[in-house]
Amino acid sequence: MKRVIESKAVAGQSPNYLLAKLQDLVDWAVNSSRANSLWPMPFGTACCAIEFMATAASRYDFARFGMERQAFSPRQADVLICAGRLPFKLAPVIRRIYDQMPQPKWVISMGACASTGGIFDNYAMVQGIDTIVPVDVYVPGCPPRPEGLLYGVLLLHKKIKGESLFDRVPRRDEQPLDDRGLRLPPEQIDEISEPFGNSIHQFRSA
Amino acid sequence: MNPSVDALRATFGPAIGRALESCGDTIVYVGRDALLDVMAWLRDTPQQTYDYLVDITAVEYRDRERPLEVVYNLRSLTRRADLRVKVELDPQGDLTVDSVVSLWRGADWLEREVYDMFGIPFRGHPDLRRILMWETYAEGYPLRKDFPLRGRFSRAEQVRQALAAQPEAHYSLEELSIAEAYEELPADMKERLRHGERGRLPDSE
Repeated sequence: MKRVIESKAVAGQSPNYLLAKLQDLVDWAVNSSRANSLWPMPFGTACCAIEFMATAASRYDFARFGMERQAFSPRQADVLICAGRLPFKLAPVIRRIYDQMPQPKWVISMGACASTGGIFDNYAMVQGIDTIVPVDVYVPGCPPRPEGLLYGVLLLHKKIKGESLFDRVPRRDEQPLDDRGLRLPPEQIDEISEPFGNSIHQFRSA
Repeated sequence: MNPSVDALRATFGPAIGRALESCGDTIVYVGRDALLDVMAWLRDTPQQTYDYLVDITAVEYRDRERPLEVVYNLRSLTRRADLRVKVELDPQGDLTVDSVVSLWRGADWLEREVYDMFGIPFRGHPDLRRILMWETYAEGYPLRKDFPLRGRFSRAEQVRQALAAQPEAHYSLEELSIAEAYEELPADMKERLRHGERGRLPDSE
């Protein structure tokens, strides 16, 4: 393949020029296919799931962006949409669902609670699902309007189209849990989970 | 004031504490030792027939002098009458209360919830384990006033423990309705279920 390309190389231009163009073509084809046929795995735990349903229904209709088929099974899904707060009791569940999804896979964290813990800065709630699974797009809002989720999906399209199969860096590695059973170093989890905004004033005064 | 209170006093005497009316509801305080007898009497006496246990909950007040309360909301479906029965407990002392599951089967999960959130053990409960938090939860009882809002462990430790949990371990085989299908399960799931048929209960505080 390479020899063919080099023999056809136009004089005066780098032989890598056509190869790079070919790679771009392959990337374009693969990424467009991936981006325009995302199968979402809805992980709806709270009111964000209602907005998610509105996004899927006819008025906003994210089938327009290639998300026609919702995969209620992780093995047939491309993008995990965590819509709603995540209690610690559900943390191993979403982690297993993420592990069961085939590559390539993406995660959208929908809403304030999934992204940061939101108003639930308490003993029972995961302070951001990025302490459990890697997240590609965070959609803010409480809950986000369907337009917000659609914008997040379009940002994910953009991100997918910027990826390359020929990167030396494996972007889509599995990111398994380390031997401590965590995705991130403990200090980082503590830092991410620190109270911010109004919740720094929230303590139980006994 | 609900006439049941006078009937209770006539029957049980000193075991019945003070009674008051709040927002149209009658609240009557009952001694802990007489609870099971009082409840059985309230359910079975023809003039009372409190056949429906609406809810069991507990209260801990910010005022540390005030006792912990277990609250029983009773309703008589035939007489359309309500009665709220409270049991006072010394937070420093023994918290054990008699279980009323033998009277109302529906008290099973309600008492488990009170146990989970307040650490009040119910004597005679058929299956007393945590219901909302996972069974291996070791940080204490979340609705007690001495429990910090964000839990006792660091966030990293909480995440670690949560990720180490086996979701199947929260349930018994019967609850998963797969007891009869056990032989057909994949090997790894069998293994997990064998390990986690019941979680380990944390040591009480």
